[in-house]
Amino acid sequence: MEMISQSVTRQDHAPKMSGTALYVADYPLEGVLFGKLLYSSRPKARLVQVKIPALPDGYLVVDKNDIPGENRVHIVQDDTPVFARETVEYIGEPILMAVGPVEKEVQHIIDQIEVVYEDLPPILSMGNSDTVFFNYEYGKGDIVKAFVEADKVYMEEFDTGRQEQAYLEPQGMIAEPHDGRMTVHGSLQCPYYVHGAVAKALGVEPGRVQIIQDVTGGGFGGKEAFPSILACQVAVAANKAGQPVRVIFDRREDMEFTSKRHPSHSIYKVAVKDGKVTAMDIDVMYDAGAYTTLTPVVLQRGIICSSGVYNVENLNVHGRAMKTNTVPNSAFRGFGAPQTFFAVEMMMDHIAKDLGLASLEFKQKHIVRQGDKTSTSGIYHFPVPLPDMIEEVDKACDYRSKQIEYSKPQSGRYRRGIGMGLYFHGAGFTGSGERDFIKAVAKLHKYPDGSVEILAANTDMGQGIKTTFTKIVGQELGLPLDRIIFSNPDTDRVPDSGPTVASRSLMIVGELLRRASINLRANWIDGENQIIEEHFKEPDFIVPFHIESFEGDAYPTYAWAVAAIEVEVDTLTGLTDILGAFGSFDVGTPIDTNVVLGQMQGGFLQGIGYASIEQIGADANGRIRNNSFTDYIIPTAMDVPNMVTMLHVEKYPDGPYGAKGAGELALVGAPAAYAEAMEMALGTKFNHIPVTAEDAMKSLEVAKL
Amino acid sequence: MKFILNGTEVTYTGALNASLLDVLRDEYRLTGVKCGCKEGECGACSVIMDDRLVNSCMIAMGQAADSTIISIEGYRDTDRYAVLDRAYASVGAAQCGFCIPGMILASECILAKTPHPSEEQIREGISGNLCRCTGYNAIVTAVSIAAKEGEGLW
Repeated sequence: MEMISQSVTRQDHAPKMSGTALYVADYPLEGVLFGKLLYSSRPKARLVQVKIPALPDGYLVVDKNDIPGENRVHIVQDDTPVFARETVEYIGEPILMAVGPVEKEVQHIIDQIEVVYEDLPPILSMGNSDTVFFNYEYGKGDIVKAFVEADKVYMEEFDTGRQEQAYLEPQGMIAEPHDGRMTVHGSLQCPYYVHGAVAKALGVEPGRVQIIQDVTGGGFGGKEAFPSILACQVAVAANKAGQPVRVIFDRREDMEFTSKRHPSHSIYKVAVKDGKVTAMDIDVMYDAGAYTTLTPVVLQRGIICSSGVYNVENLNVHGRAMKTNTVPNSAFRGFGAPQTFFAVEMMMDHIAKDLGLASLEFKQKHIVRQGDKTSTSGIYHFPVPLPDMIEEVDKACDYRSKQIEYSKPQSGRYRRGIGMGLYFHGAGFTGSGERDFIKAVAKLHKYPDGSVEILAANTDMGQGIKTTFTKIVGQELGLPLDRIIFSNPDTDRVPDSGPTVASRSLMIVGELLRRASINLRANWIDGENQIIEEHFKEPDFIVPFHIESFEGDAYPTYAWAVAAIEVEVDTLTGLTDILGAFGSFDVGTPIDTNVVLGQMQGGFLQGIGYASIEQIGADANGRIRNNSFTDYIIPTAMDVPNMVTMLHVEKYPDGPYGAKGAGELALVGAPAAYAEAMEMALGTKFNHIPVTAEDAMKSLEVAKL
Repeated sequence: MKFILNGTEVTYTGALNASLLDVLRDEYRLTGVKCGCKEGECGACSVIMDDRLVNSCMIAMGQAADSTIISIEGYRDTDRYAVLDRAYASVGAAQCGFCIPGMILASECILAKTPHPSEEQIREGISGNLCRCTGYNAIVTAVSIAAKEGEGLW
């Protein structure tokens, strides 16, 4: 094991253990006004009138007329309003905020406000939508010829559900106006995203806005774009009130009205000749919800991943994101990839079954190798370790023999199955995003006493970046970790190193810090202040990516994974026991083994939840019905007691010490492993996730007929 | 009404239907007690009440009369905490940290009842405390390490 991989105590361990870490809800309440949002109760309507009762002294209402800048939240396309315009577009769209010194009174004001709506016909399912937010198409090879020459053509459809991030700490934000400036702090992943959004909403120079990240209780993508919206609302309210304003969501509000994973529907048409896949024609549709937020980028990643880890020489991929009058969907660990990885893995499995082959054997014939072209005609520049990783997982759980055993017809009350997902996660922003948009900067400040401060905008939301960044700098400078300072980012002090998303922070910004450390070491002068700055530079080997044609390297490198899940279904109750979940994960050199294993285990379980129990139901108006932990169920410690995670190391030369992106990987392909296992146990086909206990019962009912 | 809070007797004069969670956070400023759902589902607000782990959001102040309440702020000065602290650190079990104060008190209740718990007993003991970050493996390992390292303390 590399020295850098040896686990250390997390840098933020002590305050989190002892309860002294300050999350946004923990700040003193004195002098801070409470804000509460009034949400649309209609999926689509014109706002005719908002009747506001007489307000007690010290209370105020803030809406679209109070926005000094633009009523647009800066995300990608800036269509999300800060407060509703003339219409509301989904149940939960914020119309206004009531603000005042006593929380109960603020809620009372919200309850008294009467909104007169003129209802308009909503679109509640993407299949019925005729508003296409984004429409992409790309391909390679000769798809027409491949289908003409095929021995057999397969066509199947796949659906995936909405998933809630369910971070334990709800969203929250505090805005404090002072000295002609606005300081906003709260639970967030991307300080500079929030910074840009607040400056635009307030209509002020960027220098008049300061964003500070508080200790953040989990994000998983849910605190990537959404905090920009909440920060704008709170900042506009504080601006009007001339006093600090805080909004802390309660759980139901958070679950019902904040962004989730995009539901998807995809159609796969696959040509097979001589027992091999020769072409795929893929049509993918994502439900964007009412505003675009991060949907274009989510959809791009989704369609780039739609042919999975397989070498498909003739490919056509069409992707659309549709507007519906539902809560906007946005970033969630995996960022569009889990949907298409589920589809392509199931498709390959189903073709294998039809050909009378073992699923894994068939999949293995198609796995890409180093030097092969990617879906977007880029190149897999580095070795693809999947074959070795498959052997590691097979050894850990006896996958191949169980596959044979469980594929035989089963009888009796308890029936078993095992499935395997093969997958990757492209590390960093899609395409030329790092080079053209993010342009990351990171700094080191060496103080006269010899301590060194890391100045970077990346946030620790539990994934461990405080620890890994600190270790990199400590290793290069030969400093003990307690001589290195890395505070929660404050945009007054840190440069824009880009957002904490896309499994990019360690690989991209970590490498900048490593280079800065080497530079500082070479130029170290005792007793002086020194500042070293490093800028992102795209590696030379990259095949330039063109987003118009989806051609080139979508990602510089890939993290790889093999996941197997073994289940036992109780045919009397439909309930499933997960007997084991086994994963081998290659994220390059682990910068801290405990940190990386923590990411793999947490992501794996979140993926199993997505595959099995996590689903969101809505009523006829699109209102989310299960908006609490009582009825939106996430895994507990009892659900997957036997989860085994192994690390395989294929170093990436342009990442620090060979590290690649880690945060999202584990989740991405877990659903296919689970669904394949359920199919095997029940002798049926599942083309959707989650595969719930109800689905198991339904398939048993059908089997009896 | 009076109750013992982290070893000190306190007199509470507010509403008896207020939740223990709100009172601990807002009046006694014990912000290590986290609010994750207010519905008794997530366990982030766990405290120990008369030797039992409870969701403080589900306890009305009236029920807390004459009880003994221990939150993370009272527990963190104990020798048992020190053992759990080292065990959690050794496996990196605290990620975002929001569930951790509740998780630590759940760990204490497991070990107080069963000083040498099986893995299944540990998993059952923390099953009322949701964690979205870790997949639970590291937390389960940490509790079993604490059981060994803290031999005789529980």
